[in-house]
Amino acid sequence: MSTIGYDSWAVDLAEVGPVYPFQGSEVIMVVLGVIFWIMWHRIQYVRESAHLEEARKMGDKDKVAKVMERY
Amino acid sequence: MYEVGASRRRNHMHTLMKNVMIIPLVTVTFFFFGWWIYWAFPNAFPGMGGIDTAAGASFTPWSENMGTNLQDRITGVFWAAFLLFSWTAASIVSGSVIERIRSSALWLHAVMIGSVWWIIDAAWGWHWDGWMVKVLGYHDAYASGVIHAIAGGYALGVIMVLGPRLGKFAADGTPRDIPPHNPWMLTIGIFLIYTGFWGFYAACNVPVIAPEVIDGQIVGTTWTATNIYLAPTSLSAITFNFLMSLSGGLMAAYVVSKGDAFWTFSGGLAGIITASAGNDLYHPIQAMLVAAVGVVIVYNLHYWVERKFKLDDAVGAVAVHGYAGVVGLIIAGFLLWGAPSSPYEGYATINPIGQTIGAVIMFGLLGWLPGWGLAKIQSAMGVLRIPEEVELMGLDYAEHHAYEDAKSEIIAADKAALAAK
Repeated sequence: MSTIGYDSWAVDLAEVGPVYPFQGSEVIMVVLGVIFWIMWHRIQYVRESAHLEEARKMGDKDKVAKVMERY
Repeated sequence: MYEVGASRRRNHMHTLMKNVMIIPLVTVTFFFFGWWIYWAFPNAFPGMGGIDTAAGASFTPWSENMGTNLQDRITGVFWAAFLLFSWTAASIVSGSVIERIRSSALWLHAVMIGSVWWIIDAAWGWHWDGWMVKVLGYHDAYASGVIHAIAGGYALGVIMVLGPRLGKFAADGTPRDIPPHNPWMLTIGIFLIYTGFWGFYAACNVPVIAPEVIDGQIVGTTWTATNIYLAPTSLSAITFNFLMSLSGGLMAAYVVSKGDAFWTFSGGLAGIITASAGNDLYHPIQAMLVAAVGVVIVYNLHYWVERKFKLDDAVGAVAVHGYAGVVGLIIAGFLLWGAPSSPYEGYATINPIGQTIGAVIMFGLLGWLPGWGLAKIQSAMGVLRIPEEVELMGLDYAEHHAYEDAKSEIIAADKAALAAK
């Protein structure tokens, strides 16, 4: 048993195609990859919203003016 | 650059010199004995055949091959490629011990990790004839273990003896963050590391070779790129997988560290390191997910170890290199289970047990143990750590005061000239 479909390199490479593990599961891998990507945006959006909301409440006028001086 | 950026302003000149001098010290010792070790030690393990002096003969420093020789125009190039990896291993250790180790102590460690221990592990597990490849089916195409796990393990051994920087832990043991003095320098430094890492990937391959030159079991006439074990891969694979594992690492690190810049950048590196053992064969999406999983594990492990054992790993090198390397080796054992480790007959195939044993050898036996042992000796002799007064004052004034003195003198002269007007 080999996850890449070959347990020996005693082969003619002209007849060898893909050698990554779990060939035939490409669609499943893409689905997992896309879930990872979409989840990243979701987590990041939610966290950023919370941070911005918190930051919005932090600044009184004097503080904001002082921060503006920093450029 | 990364290490200097991470240090505080009063230590940056010392930090720079500490790291730069690794280059000549590891270079000359790698010429004297490091390169010979690689060729003579593939089976230098009990029961495996011992040191092969005949195989190493061409690589002794007195060999005619180790010089200008029109019968051998390439040995110096291979020597330099491996030497780059030696510098890297030593430099990884250097980062974790900043601001409190004596340069003289670190430079001995640099020679030992750069020209002895890592090259022994390369002979054992990163050589077509290495006993770990033959017996364990050890597979580590782009050095998760042979450079990163060993260097991280070595750094862990040293910092366990060295102790934390003053102020790193509060009286109740709570760790404090010591921010870098220059985040921009740190950023450029880590992007240079990414770039160098990509070059390293390319240097780990034979770009194209005929099967009859490999002299293994591959039949037919189709030329191929190979990994360090002379087993087939493709340049396309490493390009896909390097970038996808970098991206998976960055994305996971951003989330797990809640957007911390330092950890996000380091996570990109940890992602590549985790996927590196199998990046010659992985599918790009596998490389991305392996990287992401690795980063989550090493980030949490770093803070758990820091809290539990009060260890100060200044740049996270033990985690980013050591833990990521170990995790990457073990994951590769599962994902590549049953794949041939070599084109030669009779070698064990890749398997989780062989990879786990390999990780223990890299991180523990050849990394942690020698680092801890030498640091213990240095500590007993009182030559490991700088005095507390010097640490508080900053190493730049204590050791590199010529620059500070000259600066003070010229500022005083300018002020006197202004006052005289």
